[in-house]
Amino acid sequence: MHIDKDLVAASATPLVLGILAEGESYGYAIVKRVNELSGGRMQWTDGMLYPLLHRLERNGYVRASWGTSDAGRRRKHYAITEAGLETLAERQKQWSVVADALKQVWWATSHPPVPGSAAAGGIA
Amino acid sequence: MGHIAPPGPRERRGGRDRLMSDAARGDVLEDQIDQWRGFVSRRRAISPADVEEMEDHLRERIADLGANGLDAEEAFLVAVKRMGNLDEVSREFAREHSHRLWKQLVLVPEAEDGAGGLSRWRELGVVLACALGAGLAVKLLFTSVDGEIAQIRNVAFVVLPFLAGWFAWKRRVTWRTCAAVAAVAAVPALAVNLYPFEATPGPFPSPGMTAVLAFTHAPVLLWLLVGVLHTGGHWRSHERRMDFVRFMGELVIYLALIMLGSVVLVGLTFAVLALVDVDLEPFFEDWLLPFGLPGALLVAAWLVEAKKSVVENIAPVLTRVFTPLALLMLAADLVALLVDGPLTTVDRDLLILMDAILVLVLFLLLYSISARDPMARAGVFDWLQLALVGAALAVDAVALTAMLTRIAEFGFTANKTAALGLNLVLLVHLVWSAWLMVGFVRGTRPFAAIERWQTAYLPVYAVWAGLVVLVFPPLFGFA
Repeated sequence: MHIDKDLVAASATPLVLGILAEGESYGYAIVKRVNELSGGRMQWTDGMLYPLLHRLERNGYVRASWGTSDAGRRRKHYAITEAGLETLAERQKQWSVVADALKQVWWATSHPPVPGSAAAGGIA
Repeated sequence: MGHIAPPGPRERRGGRDRLMSDAARGDVLEDQIDQWRGFVSRRRAISPADVEEMEDHLRERIADLGANGLDAEEAFLVAVKRMGNLDEVSREFAREHSHRLWKQLVLVPEAEDGAGGLSRWRELGVVLACALGAGLAVKLLFTSVDGEIAQIRNVAFVVLPFLAGWFAWKRRVTWRTCAAVAAVAAVPALAVNLYPFEATPGPFPSPGMTAVLAFTHAPVLLWLLVGVLHTGGHWRSHERRMDFVRFMGELVIYLALIMLGSVVLVGLTFAVLALVDVDLEPFFEDWLLPFGLPGALLVAAWLVEAKKSVVENIAPVLTRVFTPLALLMLAADLVALLVDGPLTTVDRDLLILMDAILVLVLFLLLYSISARDPMARAGVFDWLQLALVGAALAVDAVALTAMLTRIAEFGFTANKTAALGLNLVLLVHLVWSAWLMVGFVRGTRPFAAIERWQTAYLPVYAVWAGLVVLVFPPLFGFA
């Protein structure tokens, strides 16, 4: 399924912060986790994750450190910070408001209110 | 990985066609990853650490895809595609790290530099010591030597050795080369101080023609000797000579900027201290100038050396801006000379003016050549430059023809000979440059020929300056 670019961009920050709240991780593992969580329906452009991680690092939401992978390569690990957890909580609130509003409006459109009898009378 | 058993060319070819050995497959993959890394590394917004991070990602993805049954090449292609359009990714990096697009100059080492940092601190220390030494030398010159003329003619001889010394230290020049350069430099130093120059007669004696010529040409000679040390003693190398030319252009610009900043700073200090009736002038003249000017020279030289690989050279950028403007100016000059001629005042000043124009054109030529990619084909700018040199030669030719008849009438003085000689030296430089450029824009000559000619001709200026300092005074009776 193709998900609109703006929506991907908007959801990326809370998603990454949420994944990091589960525990320290690194780039490729985060992408895999996103894939898992969305049942393969959310496909990120892998390269775009890194500028995002760097932005989160600059804002102090995550802390980065270099470690080594099993294969012996240098690997950058990211862990969420206090500020990151606060931001995540804040974003969660925002998203639940949005999701709630969306749910209501969609419930309303899928069950449209029956036009009043006055309207029916008007046509006749 | 993959380098355990490097396959022979035969095996490799066979592998491509039929069964590919594991080693060969790993090799191909490594080559592809190398290539990818090369592409990504070329993006300025993506730092080496980022490339490393993304390469780790790419390898993980390839390994996962491989585990799902894709062969190495397919896995690589899919992984690269998943990484995304490099332009877009790089733009995203640039948005996050916009400072990376502005090259950063690190002058003093940072904590993480480790052992490399120490040598940079040491370099800074040596530069400051040289700057201080040059300041002390100037101060000593002005306090111990009587007579303004004697002071001025020796300033270059006491300041430039410190710059030369710094280059000698930085480039680890051998003692023999240093001694040879010092010995050559001693000759003009002795000449300007010991020649029996005659002062102009009158109540206020001022130095005569040959004296002024010697004083003004000696620093040029000395500067080119500093260049020998800048090249680390490899002054025969054309590349090193070109490096010195580049250094000179940047130095002038940095020096001008430092001076500008200093003027603002000193002006503000003067103004503030004037409020409380403190007169800064004695301190300014006695201490600030003698230490500040040589210090600015050394610091500017150090900055140019430090930023060499980090910041784009600014001199070539300026030449790009000024070449079309200079061409317009020369075209206007030429039209004016031809329409409103013949020249009314044909004297020494005209010659000096023409020399100045040729020097300007020469610098415009030199600095755009210094930054041009020799492999690039001839473009509009090369034509523009050829036109510029052509216009300069035409203006000079008009002025010279008017000049020669007059010189024949009034005879040669030292000044006229010096001005005419310099004109000739510049003319040879430019005419041959123009000839080579015609060849280049018509595609019959490589650009390298033009470049080489510029650096090959540099010593001629040293020889000419040496002639004016050493031979002119006795030739014209020290008048």
